[in-house]
Amino acid sequence: MIAELGHFALVLAFAVAIVQGTLPLLGAARRDAALVAVAPPAALVQLLLISIAFGALVHLYVVSDFSVANVAANSHQSKPLVYRISGVWGNHEGSLLLWVWILALFGSAVAAFGGNLPVLFKSRVLAIQALIGVGFLAFMLFTSNPFERLDPAPLEGRGLNPILQDPGLAMHPPMLYLGYVGFSTTFSFAIAGLLEGRIDPSWARWLRPWTLAAWTALTLGIALGSWWAYYELGWGGFWFWDPVENASFMPWLAGTALLHSAIVVEKRDTLKSWTILLAILTFALSLLGTFLVRSGVLTSVHAFASDPARGVFILALLVVAVGGALALYAWRAPSLQGGGMFAPVSREGALLLNNLLLASATATVLLGTLYPLALDVVGGPKISVGPPYFNATFVPLMIPLFLALPIGAVLAWKRGELGGALQRLWLAAAATLGVSIVLLLVSDLARGLAILGYGLGLWLILGSLADPLGRAALPGGGLARFWRRLCGLPRASWAMVVAHVGLGVLVIGVTATSTGQSERILAMKPGEVAELAGYSVRFEGVREVRGPNWIAQRGTFAVSRDGAFVAEIASDKRFFVVEQRPTTEAGIHTTLWRDLYFVLGEPAPDGAWTVRLYHNPLVVWIWGGAVLMALGGLLSLSDRRFRVGAPRPARVPAAVPAE
Amino acid sequence: MRLRKRQRLLLVVLVLLLGAGSAALVLAALGEKVSLFVSPSDLVARPLEPGRSLRLGGLVEPGSVERGADGEVRFSITDGAHSVPVVYRGVLPDLFREGQGIVTQGRLEAGGVFRASEVLAKHDENYMPKEVADALKRSGHWKDGAVEAQR
Repeated sequence: MIAELGHFALVLAFAVAIVQGTLPLLGAARRDAALVAVAPPAALVQLLLISIAFGALVHLYVVSDFSVANVAANSHQSKPLVYRISGVWGNHEGSLLLWVWILALFGSAVAAFGGNLPVLFKSRVLAIQALIGVGFLAFMLFTSNPFERLDPAPLEGRGLNPILQDPGLAMHPPMLYLGYVGFSTTFSFAIAGLLEGRIDPSWARWLRPWTLAAWTALTLGIALGSWWAYYELGWGGFWFWDPVENASFMPWLAGTALLHSAIVVEKRDTLKSWTILLAILTFALSLLGTFLVRSGVLTSVHAFASDPARGVFILALLVVAVGGALALYAWRAPSLQGGGMFAPVSREGALLLNNLLLASATATVLLGTLYPLALDVVGGPKISVGPPYFNATFVPLMIPLFLALPIGAVLAWKRGELGGALQRLWLAAAATLGVSIVLLLVSDLARGLAILGYGLGLWLILGSLADPLGRAALPGGGLARFWRRLCGLPRASWAMVVAHVGLGVLVIGVTATSTGQSERILAMKPGEVAELAGYSVRFEGVREVRGPNWIAQRGTFAVSRDGAFVAEIASDKRFFVVEQRPTTEAGIHTTLWRDLYFVLGEPAPDGAWTVRLYHNPLVVWIWGGAVLMALGGLLSLSDRRFRVGAPRPARVPAAVPAE
Repeated sequence: MRLRKRQRLLLVVLVLLLGAGSAALVLAALGEKVSLFVSPSDLVARPLEPGRSLRLGGLVEPGSVERGADGEVRFSITDGAHSVPVVYRGVLPDLFREGQGIVTQGRLEAGGVFRASEVLAKHDENYMPKEVADALKRSGHWKDGAVEAQR
């Protein structure tokens, strides 16, 4: 009964989406207020209907109703409640339902909070949003219905892939989808703007909170995914340049570029058609990501077995949505009025450079991801493109970006002065150079690349902090004045500083982990001691332990340094009884400065166990940096000048200090 | 207007420079930094020079797995027609077992032994890596039931 209710709600949502996707567009073209007024309530009804469907599926999972095929294939009564719920989106059908639900969520958020949008524009945005929904709802109803019944119903479900039974992965898809799908709003805004033929600074200001929200969620989603891969896959790495990872990284890169170019449209009324194009491409890359992950065309360490027939459907959706959008763009964009001029050395110029570099980086990642596929299609040799390719193409593009970032951030709009900018940054530059030279002297020259990484990270942090600190430390007034000035800076400026500092922290973490990792692979007998990066690791042996739905061999290690006890670390080889599948749980001891990361391997005939011991310096900085970047996004989102639905007078640029 | 033209020219030059730069990076990297996927039969039919980064895929030959004392594992990868000896030092993936389809990343050594730096078995136990399935089909040892039989 509940399953049928959910299915029925989905069908109704499909019908509502068709109405919401057509009538308002018609009304906007004919200036018919009644038709236009359909959009907001329709968006809310759609959210309600899809929420009912989503709630129904969650309910089916919680009560373990195995007469529903999806539940039977992906759940089991012995699973803890959390994982029964997260199992809802741990599979194809359920994750699509989550996708559509978030799409409706964003649509109704625009309907409910977009009070400052003109009525016509808003109805167009909602209509485009609904048309995307029509595509995905049709996809679900015709190829991947989560409510399909199974007859006869099995007594027990098949369980969920054990590596997905994990708190990190329970949170990762919703976050990632909030980001992916969030970019649908920027797409809708771009299309609505093109239809209206009016792209101006206020358009960019309306766009901004939605881009920020999506970008923040995507940042957190990718960080969660990387963190999960780090502790769950047992390889000691945090990023593998795997096609599925790239699929989420490309919209992030394009979205980051969009975030910055929208600022130029907002402040200077220029770069308009480029920004529109970016908005379209960002969502296109999100769709491409969905296609790559869901169709199984790429072999990936993260790929979940999937169905090529479904891939064709998503590919068709991709072609229609992106092709249609680009055609509209080609038709309408030339008529957009170009804005004011600016000197190459200016804030706009710097943001343009940021966009060019980020777009080139996105293109190299896209090429590397799709090249093996293209080669395979034309019957060429089978190849795999891995980290060496991305290190050789992506990294060199990031070096000028990071070098220019702190300088660009202090340049003035319209016409900046390099000299003035450097004057504000000389202390940061000198400090960075000094630390880099000291690093170079104390370590050997062969580590030059690592030092470049540390230097860039430090430059990002110091260079971003130099400006607000320098501004607050104007002569006159003591510490109290300094503090007051610091607090007086607008939140959007703080947001920028925090996000850029986060990037610096991330760069340092990535550099340290990828160049400073120590790894030892050994066969250890109980009682044996191994040395790892100054730590003594004693293997205590292996015993059996039991969890709620698994049995494990647990290897224990006692770690000490200079005779002082540091930690006891345990690594499991778990066997999930229902799924009949083993997993490895790495034993990790984290501090701010390093992770000790131990993996228990196989037993050898002589009683020894293969173990893999890693010392990963500064690895938490990677996720700390990502969290700081997301925090920057949230801070900017909370700036009242951009707040969704903020009253109109707030948009008059009141006394805003130059930033 | 002249200023605008100069500005546009500068932009075009910048875009061209960046585009050419990244294209050069991409082309250089695609030439050297990708690994070719080969099956054991490919290696026998057309020996490649040692030292090249390769991906070798196939099934773990039953009865071939030997564990050394220092964490070194020796096994053979087969596609039914031919097999290639592989040496690997490290922790094997959870789903590694005899008869399982796997992909290894590594280099061919002078004696015809493949030294693997990475062994990948897929997360999903029922899943046969696509390249492996294709290679098995080409060598004529693909049974339609093969994937089912592993469940």
